[in-house]
Amino acid sequence: MIDARQLTKRYGEKTAVDGLDFVVKPGTVTGFLGPNGAGKSTTMRMIVGLDAPTSGSVNVNGHHYARHQAPLQEVGALLEAKSIHPGRSAYNHLRALALTHGIPGRRVDQVIDLAGLGSVAKRRAGAFSLGMGQRLGIAAALLGDPQTVMLDEPVNGLDPEGVLWIRNLLKGLADEGRTVFVSSHLMSEMALVADHLIIVGRGRLLADTTVADLIREAGGDTVKVVTQDPARLRDVLSGPGVDITGRISSEELQVTGLTAREIGLKAAEHNIALFELSARTVSLEEAFMDLTRDAVEYHGSTTATETLGRPA
Amino acid sequence: MSALTATAEERRDTSVRPAYRVTGRRVLSSEWAKLWSLRSTWITLGLGLLFLVAFGLISASRYESGINSGHMDRDFADATAVSLSLFGTNFAQLALGVLGVLVTAGEYSTGMIRSTFAAVPRRLPVLWSKAAVFGLVALAVGTLGGFVAFLIGSGIVSGTPAAMSLSHAGVLRSLLGAGLYLGLVGVIGTALGALLRSVAGGISVLVAALMLIPGLISLLPSSWQDDISPYLPSNAGEAMFALTHDSTTLSPGAGLLVFLCWTSLALGGAAYRLVRSDV
Repeated sequence: MIDARQLTKRYGEKTAVDGLDFVVKPGTVTGFLGPNGAGKSTTMRMIVGLDAPTSGSVNVNGHHYARHQAPLQEVGALLEAKSIHPGRSAYNHLRALALTHGIPGRRVDQVIDLAGLGSVAKRRAGAFSLGMGQRLGIAAALLGDPQTVMLDEPVNGLDPEGVLWIRNLLKGLADEGRTVFVSSHLMSEMALVADHLIIVGRGRLLADTTVADLIREAGGDTVKVVTQDPARLRDVLSGPGVDITGRISSEELQVTGLTAREIGLKAAEHNIALFELSARTVSLEEAFMDLTRDAVEYHGSTTATETLGRPA
Repeated sequence: MSALTATAEERRDTSVRPAYRVTGRRVLSSEWAKLWSLRSTWITLGLGLLFLVAFGLISASRYESGINSGHMDRDFADATAVSLSLFGTNFAQLALGVLGVLVTAGEYSTGMIRSTFAAVPRRLPVLWSKAAVFGLVALAVGTLGGFVAFLIGSGIVSGTPAAMSLSHAGVLRSLLGAGLYLGLVGVIGTALGALLRSVAGGISVLVAALMLIPGLISLLPSSWQDDISPYLPSNAGEAMFALTHDSTTLSPGAGLLVFLCWTSLALGGAAYRLVRSDV
């Protein structure tokens, strides 16, 4: 359980996180979604007390993270991929973390096996590939058998097998009743694992919703009609709850509020010829793009001179 | 009221799940394990020990051959077995101080610090543990090196005016003082690393404080020099292990006190930044 209230973080003039209010509940996978620079990583760092909020607060399982007696048992976090000393072996890295909590050595062996690091556990972590580094980070996150698991961009750098492993792991953890909070800037990835979505842009909360609701709200029931007589069809279809758009002198109309079947029947009734009639389902990716269009920090075309002090 | 609810919750937590808990001793053992699981620790400590012994023996041999050939370096005029065999302290302090900086600043430069503070979000126990663990290790290496250098070095210069034995007045205090000095240099290194969060910055300030500033002070008017000079970290530290003292130097006890003040100052600054600023 993560509970953020008016969570705000400013770096000088720049507001990285701006009054976020959200609750992450146990038993489901909650996706934390937003474009690069939306404040996801900053929010996650505040959750585990690495950054102090400028104002507002965030509690984990009822208390501030640092107030817990065994923090690793409350929240297991994978932050930026390389939160390790490259000169230390994976085993020694995990053991050093385990020692702070009195976590027994067999738990270290367990998470090494769980993350599939058995064969490289004694090698220097600096020699690890990006994917191996992610696995080590996830092993560290699971070390304390935590109630809440929080992963920042966990699929970064993983091969397809690793991505599948993460998906199953996240679902498994949620099924065990744990709180699972996963950030990503890829909607497609989130759609596969997350039940609930918290979407941010420019540090602000854009949506706190479920995957199904997001599609519905993004206008997933638009029907595209191409007709010989768009003006007449407009008159025929218009009514309460129906929205029709289309460019002047174009034969194409976008209709919401009616199904393709209803439009076809009405057109036939009034003898209007249709050339094309198709229901257009909005993909999650489009819904996400629509939602975050104004909030995207770094557009490809602009030469962004403003840079955030930290990776976001 | 709040104490009551807190204990009630503790009881509930421990009954449901394994009773992991962060304690000061556990953070110490974690830092101990971290220190020895890096190759750089072994290499740098080895270098420190080597510098201490090798340079001590080289200076003792130089002195001995100078005496025998009758051609005496002026620097060696009032040398003793102690001053000759502790000649390597200057170089060992660099190795140990740099390793101290690496112990803390190395975690910032690699990103390890995020893992460390996620496990111990109260942070200060990490600083105290690092300083204690590395301070004691540097103390042990410094003391060992000092004694080895003296035992062999005093053998080399036996029969010369510099000859001394371990039972000679002040010798034991000097050797132990040198070990303590090196231990505290290690602590200062860890503090500077935590304060500046940069390996290069930490090493620069360390070298400046221990080696450059004494040279710069000589540019000041001499009346100022006499007031300031004895209290500089390097000179106060040297007073801890010098065998002879004059009016321009502090007594061993006063030297230790001043050097402890410098150490506390560095640690205090590190603690302040650790608590106040984001990782």
